[in-house]
Amino acid sequence: MDYGFTTAAYVVAAILFILSLGGLSGQESAKRAVWYGMAGMALAVIATLIGPGAGLWLLSLVLIAGGGVIGWIVATRVQMTEMPQLVAAMHSLVGLAAVFVGFNADLELTRVLAMDDAARKGLEGFAAVLAKKTSVEVAILRVEVFLGVFIGAVTFTGSVIAFGKLAGKVDTAAKKLPGGHMLNAGAALLSVVLGVMYFNDAGIWTLVAMTLLAFFIGYHLIMGIGGADMPVVVSMLNSYSGWAAAAIGFSLGNDLLIVVGALVGSSGAILSYIMCKAMNRSFISVILGGFGGPAGAQMAVEGEQVAIDVDGVAAALNEADSIIIIPGYGMAVAQAQGAVSELTQKLRAKGKNVRFAIHPVAGRLPGHMNVLLAEAKVPYDIVLEMDEINADFPDTDVAIVIGSNDIVNPAAQDDPNSPIAGMPVLECWKAKQVIVSKRGQGTGYSGIENPLFYKENTRMFYGDAKASVSSLLPKIE
Amino acid sequence: MKIGTPKEVMEGENRVAMTPDSALQLQKLGYDCAIETGAGERAGFSDAAYEQAGVEIVKTAAALWKVADVVAKVRVPTEPELKRLREGQTLITFFNPAGNAEGLETAAKKGATVIAMEMVPRISRAQKMDALSSMANIAGYRAVIEAGNNFGRFFTGQITAAGKVPPAKVLVVGAGVAGLAAIGTATSLGAITYAFDVRPEVAEQVESMGAQFVYLDFEEEQKDGAATGGYASVSSPEFREAQLAKFRELAPEMDIVITTALIPNREAPELWTEDMVKAMKRGSVIVDLAAEKGGNCKLTVMDEKIVTENGVTIIGYTDFPSRMAAQASTLYATNIRHMMTDLTPGKDGVVVHNMEDDVIRGATVTHKGEITWPPPPPKVAAIAAAKPKEKARELTPEEKRAAEMAAFKEQTKRQVTLLAVGAALLLAVGLVAPASFMQHFIVFVLAVFVGFQVIWGVSHSLHTPLMAVTNAISSIIILGALMQIGSGSFLVILLAALSVFMAGINIFGGFLVTRRMLAMFQKS
Repeated sequence: MDYGFTTAAYVVAAILFILSLGGLSGQESAKRAVWYGMAGMALAVIATLIGPGAGLWLLSLVLIAGGGVIGWIVATRVQMTEMPQLVAAMHSLVGLAAVFVGFNADLELTRVLAMDDAARKGLEGFAAVLAKKTSVEVAILRVEVFLGVFIGAVTFTGSVIAFGKLAGKVDTAAKKLPGGHMLNAGAALLSVVLGVMYFNDAGIWTLVAMTLLAFFIGYHLIMGIGGADMPVVVSMLNSYSGWAAAAIGFSLGNDLLIVVGALVGSSGAILSYIMCKAMNRSFISVILGGFGGPAGAQMAVEGEQVAIDVDGVAAALNEADSIIIIPGYGMAVAQAQGAVSELTQKLRAKGKNVRFAIHPVAGRLPGHMNVLLAEAKVPYDIVLEMDEINADFPDTDVAIVIGSNDIVNPAAQDDPNSPIAGMPVLECWKAKQVIVSKRGQGTGYSGIENPLFYKENTRMFYGDAKASVSSLLPKIE
Repeated sequence: MKIGTPKEVMEGENRVAMTPDSALQLQKLGYDCAIETGAGERAGFSDAAYEQAGVEIVKTAAALWKVADVVAKVRVPTEPELKRLREGQTLITFFNPAGNAEGLETAAKKGATVIAMEMVPRISRAQKMDALSSMANIAGYRAVIEAGNNFGRFFTGQITAAGKVPPAKVLVVGAGVAGLAAIGTATSLGAITYAFDVRPEVAEQVESMGAQFVYLDFEEEQKDGAATGGYASVSSPEFREAQLAKFRELAPEMDIVITTALIPNREAPELWTEDMVKAMKRGSVIVDLAAEKGGNCKLTVMDEKIVTENGVTIIGYTDFPSRMAAQASTLYATNIRHMMTDLTPGKDGVVVHNMEDDVIRGATVTHKGEITWPPPPPKVAAIAAAKPKEKARELTPEEKRAAEMAAFKEQTKRQVTLLAVGAALLLAVGLVAPASFMQHFIVFVLAVFVGFQVIWGVSHSLHTPLMAVTNAISSIIILGALMQIGSGSFLVILLAALSVFMAGINIFGGFLVTRRMLAMFQKS
């Protein structure tokens, strides 16, 4: 087959990919959209295999099938609470693949440049493309390879660390080696120097050294970011994996790679932007890790936390007409989503208006709570975004906070000196009664005291979220 | 230890300080409970019900006072009751310490500890034992019901086949606990409700209950109620004049007036003057909840209902809570139970009288033979001082338009700048880069553009599937590996093969997990 067919197939595949992302605007269209994505991928792979330049395609098929089996097993076995880890792990694979492909491009280039004209004529596939390049194009190619490998390497180690943190295998606290960000900046600077040497034919060792430095940057960067900032980190890595693919696409002269890389890159960038906005923090401050010190003395919290027992909560729920549940990472940790769903069903069967309020940064992955609730069979039309539901709290009888803290902290609005001042929060304290399910009296990830717990209409329902909610179930009548 | 409740001796008092429910809770604290026979009869709780709850029935009051270590009752104790106190005994009751010097003396001499329920400080923590509030709540509710009982029309407006019925207009003066309860009851019966209070900060509460707050045209800075523990204080003569003028204006329109204005330790202020009563329509009703302290209306006769010459009914009952004895007893008994919870930190049935505790200290009027009234001011301020609110200025339509225009211009400017910079950059790249690169570069820029447009439309709830699917499609990098795998170099083949393998995991894993997630999203 000639180039024409392959290009046509690529165009179709690109359109299918765009449709598959666009389809995610609604839950129903999304179910169709994922098939577009699969079709697009199948088309692209087949077109490449039967297109010019692809050899060893039996081996390729076997490898794809082998990888596919592993992917299949992982995808069917993974728990929904483990989604953040899975996503991070998959990013690392893309990153590493980008590094390898980039190296290959350089190896091939060296090999082709070493050949004489006659030998070049006999080449086919990727090597043939390389053979036709002018010296300017070769220079550009090197820039592209360099960028692709650099971004891919950062993505790889970054994702591995993010995976470790999300899976609880690496300490989630923000940690830095002595030197902190100066170390990163130094490594980046050195990479640039190595890059310049590489452009000037210093040989492949510069590329290897740069890769090692990039590995270090990825590792150190993500180590320095704390657990609750993970939604931003994961979407940022998502973005990087896209840009790496695009850079590799440039070096290989493959438009489909460029298109898809750009799509993925912008998708991740937008997600990061949304997450940062939801925390009222700049992207830079998230990357630099940790919360800055408060601008002044924080308001003292007055009052005391008033506990409530199961009977009290059950009575409040039985009397309420409208209920809003605010889930957070604590619900995922306690695996309480099933119990919460059952509670919702019981309350809805009584004709009560039960809804969920989701803060954009609830959980460890954008949209994490939605997926958990969907898994527990909570209908998605009662799961609402912050902007949709914030105005409804004053008309709500009971707001139940399960495992969230900073996203319901009134200090963000009331206390200009609070480290989270200005962050948009769910105004659950405007409900007639607030019940907070929480393990103990501690503060949240950010270590900020939450005045919500001390409000007059707040009752603390201490205990493990799953056990607490389960003990409620028989008392709802 | 044993908690006992005698029958109320006051004529017409129907309430009781212990209910079968509260007795069960008290037993959980480790106490034994006893009650004088027939004490709950008039509140609707039979001896049998108490017995079922494990309460010992005692035949006479004298015997009860003897066996009980803690006596809980409702009304201010009478002389003979006080005589029955003994050393070490605790009495929890309304005591009116301000007007009951003799009683204090007697109790102190006997060596008993007296906790006066009306002295519970008004702090958040003590709300659950604030009996004044729970009784005031009932009084407010009952006031509306009594008014309705003496009012010849509907509260709610109706249009019926037999003609139109206008809604009743209700004015509530004083938006304390009783006032707010009255407002809530009146609005839920369908009346048009107005409310007034000298504390402007309660306007929000009034409006949240569905009533209109009556504002005065008065310039003077009104006093912040927070300074006086949430109670009203005396207002200036000028303010009073403005207030009365407003009431005079409202009087002819109002069908029902409920006055609840009380100032602690003072005679009730006169707010509804004789001429206002005269100005009211025949058949109108006034309920004066301040009757006990002289009344907000001077025509009010304590504990009686009178009808004026112009046909206005004035109700001066002071026993509203007792008229709803079952409800009042339940709430009061719960207040007592909460007080006992605070007095029993060990939940072992032993009273620990901690005079360091703000609430217990505040409510205790005699302890260990001494009179401990009045208490020192509590350590915790009752209510945080109200912060001055900055009112957002209402923008005029012109200003709004101007602001919109400015925003639009700003947006246009930004977009044009962005486009210009982008175009310039593109051109600059085009100047140096070869055509083959530019070809790909344009594809890249367009793809980024499409990506931004498409991703903004993705629903927030699908962000996790979005990440998974972008993950799957970013393994498009497999194409690069597939193109290189046919190379002649072994190293290249190895690296390409590894890439193909990893991308294979990602493609299948990513798409399948996305599909799995999406399949879970179900509509109700």
